[in-house]
Amino acid sequence: MSDSGSCHGAAPQTGNRKAGHYVALVGPPNAGKSTLFNRLTGLRQKVANFPGVTVEHHVGRVKDAAGRDLFVIDLPGIYSLTPRSEDEQVTHNVLTGVEPSLGLPDGVILILDSTNLQRHLVLAAPVLALGLPTLVVLNMADDLAARGGKVDPAALAREIGAPVALISAATGDGVERVVQFLHGTGARPVAPQPRVELPVLPNLPARRRWAGKVGLQAGYTAPAPPEWTRRLDALFLHPVCGPLVFLLVVLAVFQGIFTGAQPLMDAVEALVAGSGEQIGQLLPVGMLRSLVVEGVWGGVGSVVVFLPQILLLFLFLGILEDSGYLARAAVIADRTMSRVGLQGKAFIPLLSAYACAVPAIMATRTIEDKRDRLATVLIAPFMTCSARLPVYTLLIAAFVPNTPLLGQFLGLQAAVLLGLYLLGFAAAVGTALLLRSSVLRHAKTTFVMELPAYRRPSLRSLLLRLIDRAVVFLQRAGTVILLVSVLLWILAHLPYKDGKAPPLEESIAGQIGRAVEPAIQPLGFNWKIGIGLITSLAAREVIVGTLGTIYGIENAEQDSPPLIESLRKDLTPGGAFALMIFFAFAMQCFSTVAIVRRELGSWIWPAAQFVYMGGLAYLGALAANQIWLRLR
Amino acid sequence: MQLSFKNGAVQTLAQLPAGAQAYLQRLDLPEEISQRLMELGFLPGAAVVAAGSAPGGDPRIFRVDGSEIALRRDTASHLYISSQPLPESDQL
Repeated sequence: MSDSGSCHGAAPQTGNRKAGHYVALVGPPNAGKSTLFNRLTGLRQKVANFPGVTVEHHVGRVKDAAGRDLFVIDLPGIYSLTPRSEDEQVTHNVLTGVEPSLGLPDGVILILDSTNLQRHLVLAAPVLALGLPTLVVLNMADDLAARGGKVDPAALAREIGAPVALISAATGDGVERVVQFLHGTGARPVAPQPRVELPVLPNLPARRRWAGKVGLQAGYTAPAPPEWTRRLDALFLHPVCGPLVFLLVVLAVFQGIFTGAQPLMDAVEALVAGSGEQIGQLLPVGMLRSLVVEGVWGGVGSVVVFLPQILLLFLFLGILEDSGYLARAAVIADRTMSRVGLQGKAFIPLLSAYACAVPAIMATRTIEDKRDRLATVLIAPFMTCSARLPVYTLLIAAFVPNTPLLGQFLGLQAAVLLGLYLLGFAAAVGTALLLRSSVLRHAKTTFVMELPAYRRPSLRSLLLRLIDRAVVFLQRAGTVILLVSVLLWILAHLPYKDGKAPPLEESIAGQIGRAVEPAIQPLGFNWKIGIGLITSLAAREVIVGTLGTIYGIENAEQDSPPLIESLRKDLTPGGAFALMIFFAFAMQCFSTVAIVRRELGSWIWPAAQFVYMGGLAYLGALAANQIWLRLR
Repeated sequence: MQLSFKNGAVQTLAQLPAGAQAYLQRLDLPEEISQRLMELGFLPGAAVVAAGSAPGGDPRIFRVDGSEIALRRDTASHLYISSQPLPESDQL
């Protein structure tokens, strides 16, 4: 790949002892590590995993003074270097050069929150003791000044024997000091300060005393308490207003992703349809044209349409997380979560699972208790992930009229969507209770949560994350869904009869659909839906692409009506609801199965989970369709 | 849950009324949790202020060493406090 600043440039390679110089970015949670990382590397970053462990980290690329590539690795947020959690283990391994794929870093950027300097300096002691060239970055300088605190970076540098930069990663003030440090790394040894012998600090209380003394020497004045945060918390954690705001936030997110995304989705749909037609006209009538227009464009296009909606969901989650509200939501949720044997910390992975179960399951690593974590991993796939959204949206648009319920604020379509989200949530709660009263029975769970000050989310960070997500989504559309679409198109055109493709029903795909039809007929599904259920074992949203391809082929002679029209002809409302319920429960996602296996280290849990969720999906769909048939 | 020490009644953090301040004496919790709490500032000798709580009254929020930490009442009831700072030698 060229050096033109593309998103996914080369990174330190697995296997090589070391490919290029790199600098490790470390710091406690909430110190603004990601904000600084985004400022330094912008779009030249990617997500990576260390071999063998699942801790996800970002790798970014910058140029050093000599114009050579320098990698910045954003390590997980840690409170100490004592390797207890997996996050701490990884950071420890990287900083001590034990991580085999990397070797010792050429430099360390230790980022601390200047508004809480003395507690954060506790982490500086063990990091500085490693003896690597280290820049200590005191972030949130703007907050510190605004709240009347101050610190003398030069005096602090003298005390700890390492360069210190007072910056604001959010506004960009002082970031050039960090860039200078990066430029110096690798080109020449960075030792502008004479090394200071740090006292040996055997334990935490000793380190905290040291940090207090150093802070004092550096003229540190702690800032006034964050007034705005206290005022907002008085509202957001208020006995009455708190839960109300919580519910309003959740409602606003749902209404937003449904109605807010609509114009964008219409635009993308028109673009996909228009470009498909254009391409079709360029190709000669025949197999190739059919493959490209119906197979590829019909399949991939019908999934790409949902990009705006998924990005909007990630945008809302990002705002909630970056502003600090998510931590409050976890506190509010803890009491309820404890009733089902979980804890408030599980709330954040579970909320992320509304976007995607894979990062959610990785996020459960912040839960210290093993049983709590296992329970959270097992119920996370019930949360309505964004891959279900295309399926729900399609079926709701086809079968639910948009009658207003609460005026402008809530329509029937959004209400049904919300209902489906609640259904997944209820299944998760029921499963958690079941686990807690059987295999995972144990005494108590604990909950410890730091509440960071509220902050205005950085547009830059939000945008970078959205681009990251869009790339991942489009990659999936371009690989898994493309592959399934092409395969399906082939299966739908074989075996040849009299030198041409058979009717869909007699094709291999049709025969497979026919074979499963008896099993799914009680659910109100015909053989075409059956084909979709099979292909969507790879990933849920594939069913939309599959149906796009199937109906595209079926209606190739006529002007093909939109997918919605075809579905209305093929499904009863009972079948449509059964299909939604099936998707609410079933674990149709290879990636989730794989990540559960990797995180829990055994095939037994994901296998049991797959069977359990599949069984629930079948029974739920059966019940929905049978009830509809009786009531009709 | 009141324990009597020789210098009077010793309470736990769970009983500290909102707005009141006390000094942490010791953490009576498994190593893993107490280590995490100490990293967050709950060190023996630290001044702790009881702030608000979640809408149901549990978990409670405590101010310690410059930050706000939410703890369940159950956990807080294992953190022993006193109204007086620790002797000079043990202080931070």
